[in-house]
Amino acid sequence: MDIERQQEIAKQAAATTPAHSSDRPSVLAALQRENTDWAGEVIQAFGEITIVVPRGRLVEICTFLKTAPGLEFIMLSDLCGADRGPEEDPRFEVNYQLFSVTKHYRLRLKVLLAEDDPHVPTVTGVWRTANWHERETFDLFGVVFDGHPDLRRILLPDDWQGHALRKDFPLRGYEPYSLT
Amino acid sequence: MAATLPPQFEVVDRPLDTQMTISMGPQHPSTHGVLRLELVLDGEMIVKCTPDIGYLHTGMEKLFEYKKFQQGIVITDRMDYLNPLGNNLAYVMAVEKLLGLEIPERAQTIRVLMCELQRIASHLVWLGTHALDIGAMTVFFYCFREREKILNMIEAASGGRLTPSYFRIGGLMMDLPAGFERRCQQFIDKFLPAVDEFHTLLTGNRIFQRRTQGVGIISAEDAIDWGLTGPSLRGSGVNIDVRRTDPYTGYEQYDFEVPIETGCDVWARYIVRMRELKESHKIVRQGLGRLQPGPIKADAPKVVLPDREAMKTHMDALIHHFLIVAEGFNVPAGEVYHAIEGSKGELGCYVKSDGGPKPSRVHFRGPSFINLSALPLMAEGEMIADVVAIIGSLDIVLGEIDR
Repeated sequence: MDIERQQEIAKQAAATTPAHSSDRPSVLAALQRENTDWAGEVIQAFGEITIVVPRGRLVEICTFLKTAPGLEFIMLSDLCGADRGPEEDPRFEVNYQLFSVTKHYRLRLKVLLAEDDPHVPTVTGVWRTANWHERETFDLFGVVFDGHPDLRRILLPDDWQGHALRKDFPLRGYEPYSLT
Repeated sequence: MAATLPPQFEVVDRPLDTQMTISMGPQHPSTHGVLRLELVLDGEMIVKCTPDIGYLHTGMEKLFEYKKFQQGIVITDRMDYLNPLGNNLAYVMAVEKLLGLEIPERAQTIRVLMCELQRIASHLVWLGTHALDIGAMTVFFYCFREREKILNMIEAASGGRLTPSYFRIGGLMMDLPAGFERRCQQFIDKFLPAVDEFHTLLTGNRIFQRRTQGVGIISAEDAIDWGLTGPSLRGSGVNIDVRRTDPYTGYEQYDFEVPIETGCDVWARYIVRMRELKESHKIVRQGLGRLQPGPIKADAPKVVLPDREAMKTHMDALIHHFLIVAEGFNVPAGEVYHAIEGSKGELGCYVKSDGGPKPSRVHFRGPSFINLSALPLMAEGEMIADVVAIIGSLDIVLGEIDR
Protein backbone atom coordinates (compact mmCIF):
# COMPACT_ATOMS: atom_id res chain seq x y z
CA MET A 1 0.00 0.00 0.00
CA ASP A 2 1.47 3.39 -0.92
CA ILE A 3 1.97 6.16 1.57
CA GLU A 4 -0.68 8.50 0.15
CA ARG A 5 -3.30 5.83 0.45
CA GLN A 6 -2.32 5.16 4.06
CA GLN A 7 -2.51 8.81 4.91
CA GLU A 8 -5.91 9.05 3.35
CA ILE A 9 -7.13 6.14 5.46
CA ALA A 10 -5.68 7.70 8.59
CA LYS A 11 -7.46 10.96 7.75
CA GLN A 12 -10.73 9.13 7.24
CA ALA A 13 -10.33 7.32 10.52
CA ALA A 14 -9.62 10.59 12.31
CA ALA A 15 -12.67 12.19 10.75
CA THR A 16 -14.89 9.36 11.92
CA THR A 17 -13.66 9.04 15.48
CA PRO A 18 -16.69 8.90 17.75
CA ALA A 19 -17.68 12.04 19.55
CA HIS A 20 -16.78 12.10 23.21
CA SER A 21 -19.55 11.63 25.65
CA SER A 22 -18.87 15.10 27.06
CA ASP A 23 -20.26 16.57 23.82
CA ARG A 24 -23.58 14.88 24.28
CA PRO A 25 -25.27 17.14 26.84
CA SER A 26 -24.85 19.98 24.35
CA VAL A 27 -27.80 18.52 22.44
CA LEU A 28 -29.93 18.95 25.50
CA ALA A 29 -28.62 22.44 26.12
CA ALA A 30 -29.35 23.42 22.53
CA LEU A 31 -32.90 22.12 22.83
CA GLN A 32 -33.54 23.99 26.05
CA ARG A 33 -31.95 27.15 24.70
CA GLU A 34 -34.27 27.04 21.70
CA ASN A 35 -37.41 26.48 23.70
CA THR A 36 -37.67 25.53 27.35
CA ASP A 37 -40.87 23.50 26.83
CA TRP A 38 -39.30 21.15 24.34
CA ALA A 39 -37.35 18.84 26.56
CA GLY A 40 -39.68 17.28 29.08
CA GLU A 41 -38.31 14.51 31.18
CA VAL A 42 -34.70 13.61 30.36
CA ILE A 43 -33.41 10.13 31.11
CA GLN A 44 -29.71 9.42 30.97
CA ALA A 45 -29.03 5.75 31.44
CA PHE A 46 -26.76 3.09 30.01
CA GLY A 47 -24.82 5.76 28.15
CA GLU A 48 -27.84 6.87 26.16
CA ILE A 49 -29.97 9.97 26.32
CA THR A 50 -33.73 9.77 26.09
CA ILE A 51 -35.80 12.93 25.87
CA VAL A 52 -39.52 12.75 26.42
CA VAL A 53 -41.05 15.36 24.14
CA PRO A 54 -44.59 16.74 24.04
CA ARG A 55 -46.61 15.27 21.21
CA GLY A 56 -47.80 18.57 19.79
CA ARG A 57 -44.28 19.93 19.28
CA LEU A 58 -42.74 16.74 17.86
CA VAL A 59 -42.41 17.83 14.24
CA GLU A 60 -41.02 21.22 15.27
CA ILE A 61 -38.42 19.57 17.51
CA CYS A 62 -37.44 17.03 14.88
CA THR A 63 -37.03 19.73 12.25
CA PHE A 64 -34.87 21.74 14.66
CA LEU A 65 -32.70 18.73 15.51
CA LYS A 66 -32.28 17.92 11.86
CA THR A 67 -31.39 21.39 10.65
CA ALA A 68 -29.69 23.15 13.58
CA PRO A 69 -25.97 23.60 12.90
CA GLY A 70 -23.88 21.58 15.32
CA LEU A 71 -26.60 18.96 15.78
CA GLU A 72 -27.54 17.75 12.29
CA PHE A 73 -29.48 14.64 13.14
CA ILE A 74 -30.13 14.05 9.47
CA MET A 75 -30.75 10.34 9.79
CA LEU A 76 -33.60 8.60 11.54
CA SER A 77 -32.14 5.22 12.46
CA ASP A 78 -35.19 3.64 13.88
CA LEU A 79 -38.71 4.29 15.01
CA CYS A 80 -40.59 1.81 17.10
CA GLY A 81 -43.61 1.64 19.31
CA ALA A 82 -43.93 0.02 22.69
CA ASP A 83 -46.85 -0.97 24.84
CA ARG A 84 -46.50 -0.57 28.59
CA GLY A 85 -49.55 -2.69 29.29
CA PRO A 86 -53.28 -1.98 29.43
CA GLU A 87 -53.19 -0.90 33.09
CA GLU A 88 -50.61 1.84 32.51
CA ASP A 89 -51.36 5.43 31.68
CA PRO A 90 -49.98 6.70 29.33
CA ARG A 91 -50.03 3.31 27.72
CA PHE A 92 -48.11 3.64 24.46
CA GLU A 93 -44.76 5.10 23.66
CA VAL A 94 -43.17 5.83 20.30
CA ASN A 95 -39.37 5.90 20.24
CA TYR A 96 -37.35 7.77 17.66
CA GLN A 97 -33.68 6.84 17.36
CA LEU A 98 -31.83 9.74 15.79
CA PHE A 99 -28.33 9.59 14.40
CA SER A 100 -26.14 12.53 13.56
CA VAL A 101 -24.23 11.72 10.40
CA THR A 102 -21.61 14.41 11.00
CA LYS A 103 -21.18 14.20 14.79
CA HIS A 104 -21.84 10.48 15.14
CA TYR A 105 -24.00 10.59 18.17
CA ARG A 106 -27.31 9.10 18.88
CA LEU A 107 -30.36 10.44 20.63
CA ARG A 108 -33.70 8.94 21.49
CA LEU A 109 -36.90 10.93 21.49
CA LYS A 110 -39.91 9.47 23.18
CA VAL A 111 -43.55 10.41 22.83
CA LEU A 112 -46.07 9.08 25.34
CA LEU A 113 -49.62 8.38 24.24
CA ALA A 114 -52.80 7.60 26.13
CA GLU A 115 -54.79 4.53 25.20
CA ASP A 116 -57.92 6.40 24.17
CA ASP A 117 -56.05 8.90 22.00
CA PRO A 118 -53.16 7.12 20.25
CA HIS A 119 -52.49 9.85 17.73
CA VAL A 120 -49.12 11.35 16.93
CA PRO A 121 -48.10 13.66 14.07
CA THR A 122 -46.10 12.00 11.32
CA VAL A 123 -42.41 12.80 10.81
CA THR A 124 -42.36 11.62 7.20
CA GLY A 125 -42.02 15.27 6.25
CA VAL A 126 -38.74 15.45 8.16
CA TRP A 127 -37.24 12.05 7.34
CA ARG A 128 -38.85 10.13 4.50
CA THR A 129 -37.56 6.86 5.93
CA ALA A 130 -40.19 7.18 8.67
CA ASN A 131 -42.82 6.07 6.15
CA TRP A 132 -42.50 2.30 6.60
CA HIS A 133 -41.58 2.55 10.26
CA GLU A 134 -44.78 4.40 11.00
CA ARG A 135 -46.81 1.96 8.95
CA GLU A 136 -45.28 -0.87 10.98
CA THR A 137 -46.05 0.84 14.28
CA PHE A 138 -49.60 1.53 13.13
CA ASP A 139 -49.98 -2.08 12.06
CA LEU A 140 -48.71 -3.66 15.25
CA PHE A 141 -49.79 -1.14 17.91
CA GLY A 142 -52.61 0.81 16.38
CA VAL A 143 -50.86 4.14 16.86
CA VAL A 144 -52.24 6.54 14.27
CA PHE A 145 -49.75 8.87 12.61
CA ASP A 146 -51.68 11.96 11.56
CA GLY A 147 -50.71 13.27 8.15
CA HIS A 148 -48.99 10.11 6.99
CA PRO A 149 -49.24 9.83 3.18
CA ASP A 150 -50.10 6.13 3.06
CA LEU A 151 -51.07 4.72 6.44
CA ARG A 152 -51.93 1.08 5.70
CA ARG A 153 -51.01 -2.17 7.38
CA ILE A 154 -47.63 -3.39 6.22
CA LEU A 155 -46.76 -6.73 7.81
CA LEU A 156 -50.16 -8.19 8.57
CA PRO A 157 -52.99 -8.69 6.06
CA ASP A 158 -55.31 -5.76 5.39
CA ASP A 159 -58.30 -7.49 6.96
CA TRP A 160 -56.49 -8.42 10.19
CA GLN A 161 -58.41 -7.66 13.35
CA GLY A 162 -56.61 -6.02 16.25
CA HIS A 163 -53.00 -4.98 16.74
CA ALA A 164 -50.67 -7.88 17.34
CA LEU A 165 -47.98 -6.35 19.55
CA ARG A 166 -50.35 -4.91 22.12
CA LYS A 167 -49.93 -6.64 25.44
CA ASP A 168 -53.57 -7.69 25.58
CA PHE A 169 -53.37 -9.42 22.20
CA PRO A 170 -52.91 -13.17 22.84
CA LEU A 171 -49.73 -14.76 21.54
CA ARG A 172 -51.60 -17.19 19.31
CA GLY A 173 -54.25 -14.72 18.20
CA TYR A 174 -57.99 -14.90 18.74
CA GLU A 175 -58.71 -17.51 16.08
CA PRO A 176 -56.74 -19.32 13.36
CA TYR A 177 -56.23 -16.96 10.45
CA SER A 178 -56.98 -18.18 6.99
CA LEU A 179 -56.23 -16.39 3.74
CA THR A 180 -59.24 -17.86 1.98
CA MET B 1 -69.54 -10.20 -12.62
CA ALA B 2 -66.69 -7.79 -12.24
CA ALA B 3 -68.42 -6.04 -9.40
CA THR B 4 -68.22 -9.10 -7.14
CA LEU B 5 -64.46 -9.56 -7.56
CA PRO B 6 -62.04 -8.10 -4.98
CA PRO B 7 -60.66 -4.75 -6.15
CA GLN B 8 -57.26 -6.10 -7.17
CA PHE B 9 -58.84 -8.42 -9.76
CA GLU B 10 -61.28 -5.92 -11.14
CA VAL B 11 -61.22 -5.74 -14.92
CA VAL B 12 -60.56 -2.17 -15.93
CA ASP B 13 -61.50 -1.28 -19.47
CA ARG B 14 -58.47 0.47 -20.91
CA PRO B 15 -57.19 0.79 -24.48
CA LEU B 16 -54.23 -1.47 -25.18
CA ASP B 17 -51.65 1.27 -25.51
CA THR B 18 -51.89 2.63 -21.95
CA GLN B 19 -50.50 1.43 -18.65
CA MET B 20 -50.57 -2.09 -17.38
CA THR B 21 -50.34 -3.34 -13.79
CA ILE B 22 -48.49 -6.55 -13.11
CA SER B 23 -47.78 -8.37 -9.90
CA MET B 24 -44.19 -9.54 -9.61
CA GLY B 25 -43.73 -12.17 -6.93
CA PRO B 26 -44.15 -13.40 -4.24
CA GLN B 27 -42.94 -16.60 -5.92
CA HIS B 28 -40.58 -14.86 -8.33
CA PRO B 29 -37.08 -16.32 -7.82
CA SER B 30 -35.24 -13.05 -8.23
CA THR B 31 -37.18 -11.32 -5.46
CA HIS B 32 -34.99 -13.25 -3.01
CA GLY B 33 -37.77 -14.79 -1.05
CA VAL B 34 -41.37 -13.73 -0.84
CA LEU B 35 -41.37 -10.11 -1.88
CA ARG B 36 -44.24 -8.98 -4.05
CA LEU B 37 -43.99 -5.89 -6.19
CA GLU B 38 -46.94 -4.23 -7.78
CA LEU B 39 -45.60 -2.63 -10.92
CA VAL B 40 -47.45 -0.17 -13.11
CA LEU B 41 -45.83 -0.35 -16.51
CA ASP B 42 -45.90 1.84 -19.55
CA GLY B 43 -44.48 -0.49 -22.15
CA GLU B 44 -41.36 -1.75 -20.44
CA MET B 45 -40.91 1.34 -18.30
CA ILE B 46 -41.91 1.34 -14.66
CA VAL B 47 -44.27 4.14 -13.79
CA LYS B 48 -45.00 3.08 -10.24
CA CYS B 49 -43.57 0.42 -7.99
CA THR B 50 -45.23 -0.61 -4.74
CA PRO B 51 -43.53 -3.27 -2.63
CA ASP B 52 -45.85 -5.55 -0.70
CA ILE B 53 -44.27 -7.38 2.19
CA GLY B 54 -45.39 -9.46 5.13
CA TYR B 55 -45.62 -12.89 3.54
CA LEU B 56 -42.99 -14.22 5.93
CA HIS B 57 -44.23 -12.42 9.04
CA THR B 58 -43.98 -14.80 11.96
CA GLY B 59 -44.46 -12.44 14.88
CA MET B 60 -40.90 -12.73 16.19
CA GLU B 61 -41.04 -9.48 18.14
CA LYS B 62 -44.16 -10.75 19.91
CA LEU B 63 -42.46 -14.04 20.66
CA PHE B 64 -39.53 -12.27 22.34
CA GLU B 65 -41.88 -10.97 25.02
CA TYR B 66 -42.84 -14.52 25.97
CA LYS B 67 -39.28 -15.88 26.14
CA LYS B 68 -36.57 -15.32 28.69
CA PHE B 69 -33.69 -13.10 27.71
CA GLN B 70 -31.34 -15.97 26.90
CA GLN B 71 -34.03 -17.80 24.93
CA GLY B 72 -34.40 -14.85 22.58
CA ILE B 73 -31.04 -15.55 20.98
CA VAL B 74 -32.36 -18.43 18.92
CA ILE B 75 -35.11 -16.23 17.53
CA THR B 76 -32.57 -13.73 16.22
CA ASP B 77 -30.89 -16.45 14.13
CA ARG B 78 -34.01 -16.77 12.08
CA MET B 79 -34.34 -13.12 11.14
CA ASP B 80 -31.54 -12.44 8.71
CA TYR B 81 -30.64 -16.05 8.04
CA LEU B 82 -27.62 -15.08 5.96
CA ASN B 83 -26.09 -13.12 8.83
CA PRO B 84 -27.22 -14.95 11.97
CA LEU B 85 -24.08 -14.20 13.98
CA GLY B 86 -24.59 -10.49 13.35
CA ASN B 87 -28.14 -10.73 14.67
CA ASN B 88 -26.92 -12.66 17.71
CA LEU B 89 -24.37 -9.97 18.37
CA ALA B 90 -26.81 -7.06 18.13
CA TYR B 91 -29.25 -8.66 20.55
CA VAL B 92 -26.65 -10.00 22.96
CA MET B 93 -24.82 -6.68 23.12
CA ALA B 94 -28.03 -4.78 23.80
CA VAL B 95 -28.83 -7.06 26.74
CA GLU B 96 -25.23 -6.88 27.95
CA LYS B 97 -25.50 -3.10 27.90
CA LEU B 98 -28.50 -3.33 30.22
CA LEU B 99 -26.68 -5.75 32.50
CA GLY B 100 -23.41 -3.81 32.38
CA LEU B 101 -21.32 -6.87 31.65
CA GLU B 102 -17.62 -6.75 30.85
CA ILE B 103 -16.74 -9.19 28.07
CA PRO B 104 -13.27 -10.82 28.18
CA GLU B 105 -10.74 -10.06 25.49
CA ARG B 106 -10.73 -13.49 23.88
CA ALA B 107 -14.51 -13.59 23.55
CA GLN B 108 -14.44 -10.18 21.88
CA THR B 109 -11.78 -11.24 19.40
CA ILE B 110 -13.70 -14.39 18.54
CA ARG B 111 -16.85 -12.33 18.08
CA VAL B 112 -15.11 -10.05 15.60
CA LEU B 113 -13.54 -13.01 13.83
CA MET B 114 -16.80 -14.91 13.47
CA CYS B 115 -18.78 -11.83 12.48
CA GLU B 116 -16.38 -11.03 9.68
CA LEU B 117 -16.44 -14.63 8.45
CA GLN B 118 -20.21 -14.38 8.48
CA ARG B 119 -20.07 -11.09 6.57
CA ILE B 120 -17.96 -12.77 3.90
CA ALA B 121 -20.44 -15.66 3.73
CA SER B 122 -23.36 -13.25 3.45
CA HIS B 123 -21.68 -11.23 0.72
CA LEU B 124 -20.89 -14.44 -1.16
CA VAL B 125 -24.56 -15.40 -1.24
CA TRP B 126 -25.37 -11.89 -2.38
CA LEU B 127 -22.74 -12.04 -5.14
CA GLY B 128 -23.86 -15.44 -6.38
CA THR B 129 -27.55 -14.62 -6.46
CA HIS B 130 -27.09 -11.11 -7.80
CA ALA B 131 -25.06 -12.48 -10.71
CA LEU B 132 -27.57 -15.26 -11.21
CA ASP B 133 -30.43 -12.77 -11.40
CA ILE B 134 -28.63 -10.87 -14.11
CA GLY B 135 -27.84 -14.05 -16.02
CA ALA B 136 -24.31 -15.02 -15.03
CA MET B 137 -24.75 -18.49 -13.68
CA THR B 138 -21.16 -19.61 -13.16
CA VAL B 139 -20.35 -17.17 -10.36
CA PHE B 140 -22.99 -18.75 -8.16
CA PHE B 141 -21.10 -22.05 -7.93
CA TYR B 142 -17.77 -20.41 -7.23
CA CYS B 143 -19.33 -18.33 -4.43
CA PHE B 144 -21.05 -21.26 -2.82
CA ARG B 145 -17.81 -23.24 -2.93
CA GLU B 146 -16.16 -20.60 -0.72
CA ARG B 147 -19.23 -20.11 1.45
CA GLU B 148 -19.31 -23.81 2.19
CA LYS B 149 -15.91 -23.56 3.84
CA ILE B 150 -17.13 -20.76 6.12
CA LEU B 151 -20.31 -22.62 7.03
CA ASN B 152 -18.23 -25.66 7.89
CA MET B 153 -16.13 -23.52 10.22
CA ILE B 154 -19.21 -22.03 11.86
CA GLU B 155 -20.62 -25.52 12.23
CA ALA B 156 -17.42 -26.73 13.85
CA ALA B 157 -17.56 -23.87 16.37
CA SER B 158 -21.26 -23.83 17.19
CA GLY B 159 -22.90 -26.95 15.85
CA GLY B 160 -25.20 -25.09 13.50
CA ARG B 161 -24.64 -23.95 9.94
CA LEU B 162 -27.41 -21.43 9.44
CA THR B 163 -28.63 -21.02 13.01
CA PRO B 164 -25.49 -21.00 15.14
CA SER B 165 -26.70 -19.08 18.28
CA TYR B 166 -23.01 -18.94 19.07
CA PHE B 167 -22.90 -15.67 21.00
CA ARG B 168 -24.49 -15.78 24.41
CA ILE B 169 -25.25 -13.09 26.91
CA GLY B 170 -21.93 -12.59 28.65
CA GLY B 171 -19.69 -14.33 26.13
CA LEU B 172 -19.78 -17.32 23.86
CA MET B 173 -21.48 -20.68 23.89
CA MET B 174 -18.12 -22.46 24.01
CA ASP B 175 -14.54 -21.94 23.00
CA LEU B 176 -13.32 -22.51 19.47
CA PRO B 177 -12.74 -26.20 18.71
CA ALA B 178 -9.26 -27.64 18.31
CA GLY B 179 -7.88 -27.07 14.86
CA PHE B 180 -10.14 -24.11 14.12
CA GLU B 181 -7.29 -21.66 13.73
CA ARG B 182 -5.49 -23.89 11.24
CA ARG B 183 -8.68 -24.30 9.23
CA CYS B 184 -9.37 -20.59 9.28
CA GLN B 185 -5.79 -19.87 8.24
CA GLN B 186 -6.13 -22.27 5.32
CA PHE B 187 -9.31 -20.53 4.25
CA ILE B 188 -7.95 -17.01 4.34
CA ASP B 189 -4.77 -18.03 2.54
CA LYS B 190 -6.85 -19.15 -0.42
CA PHE B 191 -9.55 -16.51 -0.25
CA LEU B 192 -7.90 -13.58 -2.03
CA PRO B 193 -7.22 -15.61 -5.21
CA ALA B 194 -10.88 -16.66 -5.05
CA VAL B 195 -11.98 -13.00 -4.97
CA ASP B 196 -9.80 -12.33 -7.99
CA GLU B 197 -11.52 -15.24 -9.65
CA PHE B 198 -14.92 -13.61 -9.02
CA HIS B 199 -13.57 -10.43 -10.56
CA THR B 200 -12.42 -12.21 -13.71
CA LEU B 201 -15.82 -13.86 -14.02
CA LEU B 202 -17.93 -10.77 -13.54
CA THR B 203 -16.27 -7.38 -13.24
CA GLY B 204 -14.85 -7.28 -16.75
CA ASN B 205 -17.98 -8.71 -18.28
CA ARG B 206 -19.46 -6.15 -20.70
CA ILE B 207 -22.98 -7.50 -20.32
CA PHE B 208 -22.82 -7.23 -16.54
CA GLN B 209 -21.41 -3.71 -16.76
CA ARG B 210 -24.15 -2.58 -19.13
CA ARG B 211 -26.82 -4.11 -16.94
CA THR B 212 -25.58 -2.36 -13.78
CA GLN B 213 -23.89 0.93 -14.63
CA GLY B 214 -26.21 3.93 -14.43
CA VAL B 215 -29.09 1.80 -13.15
CA GLY B 216 -30.95 2.36 -9.88
CA ILE B 217 -29.48 5.76 -9.09
CA ILE B 218 -29.96 7.17 -5.58
CA SER B 219 -28.16 10.34 -4.55
CA ALA B 220 -26.33 10.70 -1.25
CA GLU B 221 -28.98 13.10 0.16
CA ASP B 222 -31.83 10.80 -0.81
CA ALA B 223 -29.98 7.78 0.55
CA ILE B 224 -29.58 9.40 3.97
CA ASP B 225 -33.12 10.72 3.96
CA TRP B 226 -34.46 7.25 3.19
CA GLY B 227 -32.31 5.77 5.93
CA LEU B 228 -30.18 3.57 3.69
CA THR B 229 -27.23 2.04 5.49
CA GLY B 230 -24.40 -0.32 4.80
CA PRO B 231 -23.00 -0.95 1.33
CA SER B 232 -26.12 0.52 -0.26
CA LEU B 233 -25.34 3.86 1.39
CA ARG B 234 -21.60 3.71 0.83
CA GLY B 235 -22.24 3.09 -2.86
CA SER B 236 -23.66 6.63 -2.87
CA GLY B 237 -20.46 8.09 -1.47
CA VAL B 238 -21.45 8.49 2.20
CA ASN B 239 -18.78 7.38 4.63
CA ILE B 240 -20.81 5.80 7.40
CA ASP B 241 -19.96 2.47 8.92
CA VAL B 242 -21.08 1.66 12.46
CA ARG B 243 -17.79 -0.13 13.03
CA ARG B 244 -16.16 3.28 12.71
CA THR B 245 -18.79 5.69 13.99
CA ASP B 246 -19.77 3.64 17.06
CA PRO B 247 -17.04 1.02 17.51
CA TYR B 248 -18.10 -2.09 19.40
CA THR B 249 -16.33 -5.32 20.48
CA GLY B 250 -12.98 -3.67 19.85
CA TYR B 251 -13.34 -2.81 16.16
CA GLU B 252 -11.39 0.38 16.82
CA GLN B 253 -8.23 -1.73 17.23
CA TYR B 254 -8.41 -3.26 13.77
CA ASP B 255 -6.88 -1.78 10.69
CA PHE B 256 -9.34 -1.81 7.84
CA GLU B 257 -10.70 0.53 5.24
CA VAL B 258 -14.32 1.47 4.66
CA PRO B 259 -14.88 1.19 0.92
CA ILE B 260 -16.67 4.17 -0.60
CA GLU B 261 -17.87 4.50 -4.19
CA THR B 262 -19.52 7.56 -5.63
CA GLY B 263 -21.37 6.04 -8.57
CA CYS B 264 -24.74 5.87 -6.70
CA ASP B 265 -25.80 3.02 -9.01
CA VAL B 266 -26.03 -0.77 -8.90
CA TRP B 267 -22.46 -1.01 -10.15
CA ALA B 268 -21.12 1.16 -7.31
CA ARG B 269 -22.89 -0.98 -4.71
CA TYR B 270 -21.43 -4.05 -6.39
CA ILE B 271 -17.89 -2.65 -6.20
CA VAL B 272 -18.34 -1.63 -2.54
CA ARG B 273 -19.30 -5.15 -1.56
CA MET B 274 -16.51 -6.68 -3.60
CA ARG B 275 -14.02 -4.45 -1.83
CA GLU B 276 -15.61 -5.27 1.53
CA LEU B 277 -14.86 -8.93 0.93
CA LYS B 278 -11.19 -8.07 0.96
CA GLU B 279 -11.51 -5.78 3.98
CA SER B 280 -13.30 -8.48 5.98
CA HIS B 281 -10.59 -10.87 4.98
CA LYS B 282 -8.08 -8.40 6.38
CA ILE B 283 -9.93 -8.22 9.70
CA VAL B 284 -10.17 -12.01 9.94
CA ARG B 285 -6.42 -12.24 9.41
CA GLN B 286 -5.80 -9.70 12.19
CA GLY B 287 -8.30 -11.40 14.47
CA LEU B 288 -6.52 -14.73 14.08
CA GLY B 289 -3.25 -13.07 15.05
CA ARG B 290 -4.86 -11.57 18.15
CA LEU B 291 -6.30 -14.76 19.58
CA GLN B 292 -4.79 -15.26 23.02
CA PRO B 293 -5.78 -17.92 25.52
CA GLY B 294 -8.16 -16.64 28.16
CA PRO B 295 -11.70 -16.83 29.46
CA ILE B 296 -14.58 -16.68 26.99
CA LYS B 297 -17.33 -15.85 29.45
CA ALA B 298 -17.88 -12.82 31.63
CA ASP B 299 -17.45 -13.13 35.36
CA ALA B 300 -21.12 -13.00 36.24
CA PRO B 301 -22.23 -16.31 37.75
CA LYS B 302 -25.89 -15.26 37.97
CA VAL B 303 -26.12 -14.56 34.24
CA VAL B 304 -23.61 -16.82 32.49
CA LEU B 305 -24.03 -20.58 32.59
CA PRO B 306 -21.16 -22.25 34.51
CA ASP B 307 -18.80 -24.70 32.86
CA ARG B 308 -19.94 -28.27 32.89
CA GLU B 309 -17.08 -29.40 35.09
CA ALA B 310 -17.67 -26.67 37.68
CA MET B 311 -21.35 -27.51 37.75
CA LYS B 312 -20.62 -31.10 38.70
CA THR B 313 -18.13 -30.27 41.44
CA HIS B 314 -19.32 -27.00 43.00
CA MET B 315 -22.59 -26.59 44.82
CA ASP B 316 -22.94 -22.87 44.09
CA ALA B 317 -22.31 -23.41 40.37
CA LEU B 318 -25.02 -26.06 40.36
CA ILE B 319 -27.47 -23.69 42.06
CA HIS B 320 -26.70 -20.89 39.61
CA HIS B 321 -27.08 -23.27 36.69
CA PHE B 322 -30.44 -24.43 37.97
CA LEU B 323 -31.71 -20.91 38.57
CA ILE B 324 -30.59 -19.56 35.19
CA VAL B 325 -32.20 -22.45 33.32
CA ALA B 326 -35.37 -22.67 35.40
CA GLU B 327 -36.10 -19.04 36.20
CA GLY B 328 -33.79 -16.97 34.04
CA PHE B 329 -32.10 -13.87 35.36
CA ASN B 330 -33.46 -10.45 36.04
CA VAL B 331 -32.30 -7.63 33.82
CA PRO B 332 -32.35 -4.09 35.25
CA ALA B 333 -35.28 -1.99 34.08
CA GLY B 334 -34.50 0.40 31.28
CA GLU B 335 -34.17 0.61 27.54
CA VAL B 336 -31.23 0.53 25.17
CA TYR B 337 -30.66 0.70 21.46
CA HIS B 338 -27.54 -0.99 20.21
CA ALA B 339 -26.47 -0.82 16.61
CA ILE B 340 -23.89 -2.93 14.85
CA GLU B 341 -22.78 -3.05 11.24
CA GLY B 342 -24.47 -6.11 9.81
CA SER B 343 -23.65 -7.35 6.36
CA LYS B 344 -26.54 -5.34 4.94
CA GLY B 345 -26.29 -2.18 6.98
CA GLU B 346 -27.00 -0.81 10.42
CA LEU B 347 -28.56 -3.61 12.40
CA GLY B 348 -30.08 -2.07 15.50
CA CYS B 349 -31.67 -3.79 18.41
CA TYR B 350 -33.96 -1.96 20.84
CA VAL B 351 -34.50 -3.81 24.09
CA LYS B 352 -36.76 -2.63 26.87
CA SER B 353 -36.80 -4.40 30.19
CA ASP B 354 -39.11 -3.86 33.14
CA GLY B 355 -36.80 -5.61 35.58
CA GLY B 356 -37.91 -9.18 35.10
CA PRO B 357 -36.46 -12.21 33.31
CA LYS B 358 -38.38 -11.51 30.11
CA PRO B 359 -38.05 -8.43 27.91
CA SER B 360 -40.94 -6.01 27.76
CA ARG B 361 -40.22 -5.11 24.16
CA VAL B 362 -37.62 -6.13 21.60
CA HIS B 363 -37.46 -4.39 18.27
CA PHE B 364 -35.04 -4.99 15.45
CA ARG B 365 -34.10 -2.31 13.01
CA GLY B 366 -33.54 -4.56 10.03
CA PRO B 367 -31.39 -2.88 7.41
CA SER B 368 -33.14 -4.81 4.63
CA PHE B 369 -36.49 -3.39 5.72
CA ILE B 370 -35.32 0.19 5.41
CA ASN B 371 -33.26 -0.37 2.27
CA LEU B 372 -36.24 -1.95 0.55
CA SER B 373 -38.46 1.03 1.38
CA ALA B 374 -36.29 3.11 -0.97
CA LEU B 375 -36.83 0.71 -3.87
CA PRO B 376 -39.62 2.73 -5.55
CA LEU B 377 -37.33 5.74 -5.67
CA MET B 378 -34.65 3.75 -7.48
CA ALA B 379 -36.90 1.65 -9.69
CA GLU B 380 -39.39 4.19 -11.02
CA GLY B 381 -38.39 5.33 -14.48
CA GLU B 382 -36.25 2.28 -15.14
CA MET B 383 -36.97 -0.77 -17.30
CA ILE B 384 -38.72 -3.76 -15.77
CA ALA B 385 -35.64 -5.97 -16.24
CA ASP B 386 -33.62 -3.51 -14.15
CA VAL B 387 -35.81 -4.06 -11.09
CA VAL B 388 -34.16 -7.43 -10.70
CA ALA B 389 -30.72 -5.84 -10.77
CA ILE B 390 -31.77 -3.15 -8.26
CA ILE B 391 -33.27 -5.62 -5.80
CA GLY B 392 -30.09 -7.66 -6.08
CA SER B 393 -27.95 -4.63 -5.37
CA LEU B 394 -29.88 -3.87 -2.17
CA ASP B 395 -29.14 -7.36 -0.83
CA ILE B 396 -32.42 -7.91 0.97
CA VAL B 397 -33.38 -10.86 3.13
CA LEU B 398 -37.10 -11.24 3.61
CA GLY B 399 -36.75 -13.03 6.91
CA GLU B 400 -35.47 -9.81 8.38
CA ILE B 401 -37.95 -7.56 6.60
CA ASP B 402 -41.06 -9.42 7.74
CA ARG B 403 -39.76 -10.69 11.07
